[in-house]
Amino acid sequence: MSTTTEAPDTAAAAKPKLKTSAMIASFADPGQKTASAPFGHALVKAAQENDKIVGLTADLGKYTDMHIFAQAYPERFFQMGMAEQLLFGAAAGLAETGLVPFASTYSVFAARRAYDFLCLDAAEPNLNVNIVGGLPGLTTGYGPSHQATEDMAIFRGMPNLTIVDPCDSLDIEQAVPQLAASAGPSYLRLLRGNVPTVLDEYDYTFELGKAKVLRGGNDVVFISSGLMTMRALQAATALAAHHVDVAVVHTPTIKPFDAETVLAEINTDRLAVTLENHSVVGGLFETVASAVVGAGLGKRVVPVALPDEFLDAGALPTLHDRYGLTVDKIVAKVLAELG
Amino acid sequence: MAATDALQTAGRTAVETSAERNERVSAAAYRIRHHALNMGEVQGQGYVGQALGAADMLAAVYADQLRFRAADPHWEARDRFLLSTGHYAIGHYAALAEAGIIPVEELDTYGSDDSRLPMSGMSTYTPGMEISGGSLGHGLSIAVGIALGLRHQGSAARVYNFLSDGELDEGSTWEAAMGAHHHQLGNLTAMVDINALQADGKTDTVLRTEPVTQKWEAFGWYAQRVDGNDVGALLAAFDNAAAQAAVTGKPSVILCDTKVGRGVPLLEDREKAHFMRIEEHEWQTCREQLTAGYEGKASA
Repeated sequence: MSTTTEAPDTAAAAKPKLKTSAMIASFADPGQKTASAPFGHALVKAAQENDKIVGLTADLGKYTDMHIFAQAYPERFFQMGMAEQLLFGAAAGLAETGLVPFASTYSVFAARRAYDFLCLDAAEPNLNVNIVGGLPGLTTGYGPSHQATEDMAIFRGMPNLTIVDPCDSLDIEQAVPQLAASAGPSYLRLLRGNVPTVLDEYDYTFELGKAKVLRGGNDVVFISSGLMTMRALQAATALAAHHVDVAVVHTPTIKPFDAETVLAEINTDRLAVTLENHSVVGGLFETVASAVVGAGLGKRVVPVALPDEFLDAGALPTLHDRYGLTVDKIVAKVLAELG
Repeated sequence: MAATDALQTAGRTAVETSAERNERVSAAAYRIRHHALNMGEVQGQGYVGQALGAADMLAAVYADQLRFRAADPHWEARDRFLLSTGHYAIGHYAALAEAGIIPVEELDTYGSDDSRLPMSGMSTYTPGMEISGGSLGHGLSIAVGIALGLRHQGSAARVYNFLSDGELDEGSTWEAAMGAHHHQLGNLTAMVDINALQADGKTDTVLRTEPVTQKWEAFGWYAQRVDGNDVGALLAAFDNAAAQAAVTGKPSVILCDTKVGRGVPLLEDREKAHFMRIEEHEWQTCREQLTAGYEGKASA
């Protein structure tokens, strides 16, 4: 047998097909309803009504959906180059002149590299600087350089900063004009590209600072934010087949946190589970836990969150399964908790 | 009438000889130094050395360049002066008092509890303080945003950013330098106080920043290097910068070699330190030396 004479394509076909980390474009399920670049379109729409809105990016316009805005309003778009300290310092300067900047980069660069600039230039003077962070949590397979698994932990300690972790395209569309209209700085955990549309099937509108009960249930209450609300809703449906009745509370605003709504839902004898696309350290789980302790509720809360580790590189579906963010893993965890 | 108003608020008069202009700004610099010594005495220590060194730069800005309204620090058409080096606040407060933006009597509260004049300058505390400096390397990035925002909205206001040479260590300063050139911010002027001193010692022993002029030129700026304690040279540099910006649209930097403690021989000769120690009995001597030097120069 000679392999040397085989045509190259035959050799390739003989290899097992690999899952690759290039599968990062979308976390939408096959066939799921999506909207394209909801942030970019929402910013254009908001800019039509508010001529103070401007956009900036640090060489990631195409990768944060900012390019939609740049094409619509080239004279209101400022490319700052791969210079995140300049990006956010300049955003603060633009806000000082009365403009309403939305400045985009990846969450890792905003949170880790430019923190000092956001903290002192935007948050301390309470300027309307809107940080748009791509690839929040585990939404890329590129490894720790790109995975902002601790972005909320970093940003929650920043006074004056509003933090929004949207679930889907509808959340993003409705959040953008509210962030523009709201005084003070904000951080939006961007979902980009083809973003699932999920919340249109519920009696729901995004209200800055408000948690919303998406569905009721007698056995378990899920408190979730970001794309994990989509998974929470899917897991709730799956658990119904196991005769487990699950309520889902969506908390897209992480700070200021709507503790009143969440505590009212937690203060029952249902199993309470938080679900977040973020490290178990410093994100939604600890936000809920501190509210529970502060209110004196002796209530156990179970986290579904990323581990306190630097995560692997790889294909996103593989990684979501490995770290427990898939519907199957959520269902298994809840069933184990219920015994 | 706006232009006349603006000129008046900047301290200039329509007809003035060069010598009169120099004298007016030198007198302002003298008063700024005097205020700084008084503030330093209340504290018993502090960044007096830097304030004395930078007083001529601050005087050139507040007595000659800046268009502002003392009674309306947020006047929309004002020029913006951004102090990156928060610890130079002592000098900036003295300049704000000289400009009539804060009362001279308030300077006594410098660094005290509940004062509007904290040790490190903050926009949320003090009228006329545009930004919160102190974390070095921020000012020029903010200045780029303000300059972009003003131009975008059709404002003719200019932006001045005061930096120190130590601040040139920060990479963010150079991010901003590139950004200002890329966006052709001719409405932006940076002023660098080159006192050759930073927290851990002489600049050339901490991190070599020279050749400074060539660096700024390589980053696309119109760069001038002057004696920052020579009022005439400073004013000429500002005039050149304005003329160049009008022609080239380039941002401008004025690199100012200054002497820590300038104007007070006792302090000029003292071993240079970032945080200068002055004994209780020395303050009056400092003031006397300052006044003698100023009056001697004025009468010479």
